[in-house]
Amino acid sequence: MQEIVQYLFSGITTGAVYAVIAVGLSMLYSSTELINFAHGEFVMIGALAMVTLWVRLSLPLPLAVAGAVAAGCILGLVFERLAIRTARNPKPITLIIITVGAGIFLKGAAMIVWGKDPFSMPSFSSHESIEIFGAALLPQSIWIVTAALVLAGGIHLFLKQTLTGKAMVACAVNKKAAWLSGIPSEKMGILAFGISAGCGAVAGIFIAPITMSSYDMGTILGLKGFCAAMIGGLGSLWGAFAGGLLLGILESLGAGLISSGLKDAIAFVLLLLILYIRPGGLFAAKEAKRF
Amino acid sequence: MILSQQPPEIRAEQILEVQDLTKMFGGVKAQDQISFSIEKGIVCGLIGPNGAGKTTLFNMITGIYRPDAGKVIFNGKDIKKTPVHRLVKAGVARTFQHVELFSSMTLLENIMVGMHVRTKAGFWAAVTRMPAMKKEERDSRRRAEALLEFTGLSTDTHKMAGDLPAGRQKTAQIARALASDPLLLLLDEPAAGLNAVETHALGKLIQKIKESGITMMLVEHDMSLVMGMSDKVVVLDQGKKLAEGTPRQIQRNEAVMSAYLGNG
Amino acid sequence: MMTDKNKYIWIEYLGFICAVSAFGLVTENTYYLQIMTFIGINTLLGLGLNMLMGYTGQVSLGHAAFYGIGAYTTAILSGTYGINPWLALVCAVAAAVLIAFIVGLPTLRLSGYYLAMGTLGFGMIVNIVIREWADVTGGASGFVGIPVLEAGPLVFMAGPGYYFLVWGIVCVAMIICRRLLASRTGRALRAIHDGEKAAVAIGINTHFLKLEIFMFSAALAAVAGFLYAHFVLFISPESFGFMFSIKIVTMVVIGGMASVWGALLGAAVLTLLPEVLHGFAEYEMIIFGTVLMVVMIFMPQGLNRGIMDMIRTARRAKA
Repeated sequence: MQEIVQYLFSGITTGAVYAVIAVGLSMLYSSTELINFAHGEFVMIGALAMVTLWVRLSLPLPLAVAGAVAAGCILGLVFERLAIRTARNPKPITLIIITVGAGIFLKGAAMIVWGKDPFSMPSFSSHESIEIFGAALLPQSIWIVTAALVLAGGIHLFLKQTLTGKAMVACAVNKKAAWLSGIPSEKMGILAFGISAGCGAVAGIFIAPITMSSYDMGTILGLKGFCAAMIGGLGSLWGAFAGGLLLGILESLGAGLISSGLKDAIAFVLLLLILYIRPGGLFAAKEAKRF
Repeated sequence: MILSQQPPEIRAEQILEVQDLTKMFGGVKAQDQISFSIEKGIVCGLIGPNGAGKTTLFNMITGIYRPDAGKVIFNGKDIKKTPVHRLVKAGVARTFQHVELFSSMTLLENIMVGMHVRTKAGFWAAVTRMPAMKKEERDSRRRAEALLEFTGLSTDTHKMAGDLPAGRQKTAQIARALASDPLLLLLDEPAAGLNAVETHALGKLIQKIKESGITMMLVEHDMSLVMGMSDKVVVLDQGKKLAEGTPRQIQRNEAVMSAYLGNG
Repeated sequence: MMTDKNKYIWIEYLGFICAVSAFGLVTENTYYLQIMTFIGINTLLGLGLNMLMGYTGQVSLGHAAFYGIGAYTTAILSGTYGINPWLALVCAVAAAVLIAFIVGLPTLRLSGYYLAMGTLGFGMIVNIVIREWADVTGGASGFVGIPVLEAGPLVFMAGPGYYFLVWGIVCVAMIICRRLLASRTGRALRAIHDGEKAAVAIGINTHFLKLEIFMFSAALAAVAGFLYAHFVLFISPESFGFMFSIKIVTMVVIGGMASVWGALLGAAVLTLLPEVLHGFAEYEMIIFGTVLMVVMIFMPQGLNRGIMDMIRTARRAKA
């Protein structure tokens, strides 16, 4: 029993990280109809930027976090400008390969800047772990889950309450009508990219203390973020969130109860199942969206 | 007249029956309980102001959209769940408003690919090139050439489809649709963009197709063409059927006139 | 692209066969032979994917998995169980085709990104399974003891023998592709490429055709894996991971989609590039990434088509 609670704790922790990654992906898709196969690399950039800013340069924590998030956002904007905007008449296959290429480029660049060795990072607060039901709850876990909820909630409020947010939703629902109403869809696209990349960076910042950070951590995280977003239903904010949590928990339980080596496969098995049974995702509309 | 390979059989007097057909897009009723039927062998014109739902109706008859309510009965069978490729095999063919010829192929190849549903050679046949496959290729080629002759396009047989002038491309689309040996041919604005000479030639072609036994339905804005060629006319306005009858009856119908001329 | 007159095709093939044969007979340098053999294997890998991407507009981001299935099936069956490798080849191809069917069936029904994601997921799963199932596959340390190929009196060791085996199979594959494209199936494929909406409207079952091509590309990849395993006689999971799937896609993109010679060109470039850039191994990823982005942004049909378009535009400007 105590083991299961432990698995649940670690599952919710990684699940919260997957949730943030998935939210970033999902929001980008719903605003721009683009799936960013390089999303995972923004997570990596966030993590490694934190290593540099907080550990190497010893900047105060809030400043380092802001800096890392900013690094992610700026990269996202540059990417949007250079890669996405300049593509002429992109078909889905073209965009897929462009984003895949961008991801590999970022990975290669990170390898040169930070080297191949992984970095570790201390937790944000140096408290001891809390004992609940006989299982240890790391304070970093509380940080992560809180951050994830705040981020998701913040985006939710932004989309529902602010004018800009509502404009983004309008763009997602019907681009032409939004454009006719005077909403600049280009600016919306830039904003969406910024938010998406920012989410990625946040995920990286918070996951860095629990795992080792290295130039190649992004690929698998991005892929799992996909799976989570697909499970919840692409384009749905809380669907992505729920998908991330679900994935984290199932992964943790699977690793603990079945086999830790096959842990990574769980995400992809779930992805294939969703594609087979309910391509629209668990929480989205029944009919699968046509991209 | 047109050579055929395993054409479908006509099983019903009414080649097409549309009953209470309804389609919603979001909150808008694109089609509202439309009912009419088309007897075999006639030319049926479909007219109505822009936005009346004519192309939507075509899309539902050809299986691209599924109706939300109502039935489409083609050749005696309810085709609500039939996928597009099976519908074509059953004998429904169409052309599009904007020409969609295959630009990387010659005109001849375009017609040959139109015969896809009436030919068999698959992956293995293509790879092994047995005599049966070669014979089918020869027959397809000959039939395509005959179709080009029928539609008056023989001189362009080996030209790239994209290089043809617009008017001939539209005719080529019709030839390609005929290649699938249809029982019902749906033409979506075949005269759009054609000059008077080309429109006249189109009229003659439609007449020839009718004589070969194929039923046709045509959406057109060119009134003289539609009224001149059709045996029956159906009028749509804002998704509803406004009137149905012979061209003469339609021309005298007050509701139709006000729909077109508009009286607020 | 696809309106070659028949005689030119035969001249192309004759020239190609002569060049390949001459190289194989004349060269004594085993390093060069080895490189050329790898180019052949990579051409096989790229051929199927080239048709898939070029004509159906779908991407497989996990093609290395089919490559791996080909390699490991023969390694396990002929290495561990002593089964005749040629029989293992049949099994490998069958396995790859079956899996392609399972993955492709639901994903190809929907348009856009679904196959990319499905193959991505599937590719990762295969790689993880290979790594973890150490009892059978040797795990991360790899599989040793793959037997050498034999056919009656002939023994195919690395060297001219294997070179000719691989290129012979490549030739056969190219002929198959050409025949496919010159047939009813080929016309349907070109129709999908030129205008999928119209292709559907004239009765082509696009879903089924895409699935067929996907299965075909999986079969070719499995054959390539088979040839690779019996060439290097030692395989490990690293060669069959996500990065390699990306390399195969890069090959197709660079060589030019929907082009049989494009597959060859792409394979040649991508096999020679690492050799040339030996000193710059660190920059491999940056270069790959940049190439992919630049080519897809400016020449989405692939490098060879892009260059031909530029030449055509230049000619028209002069006229």
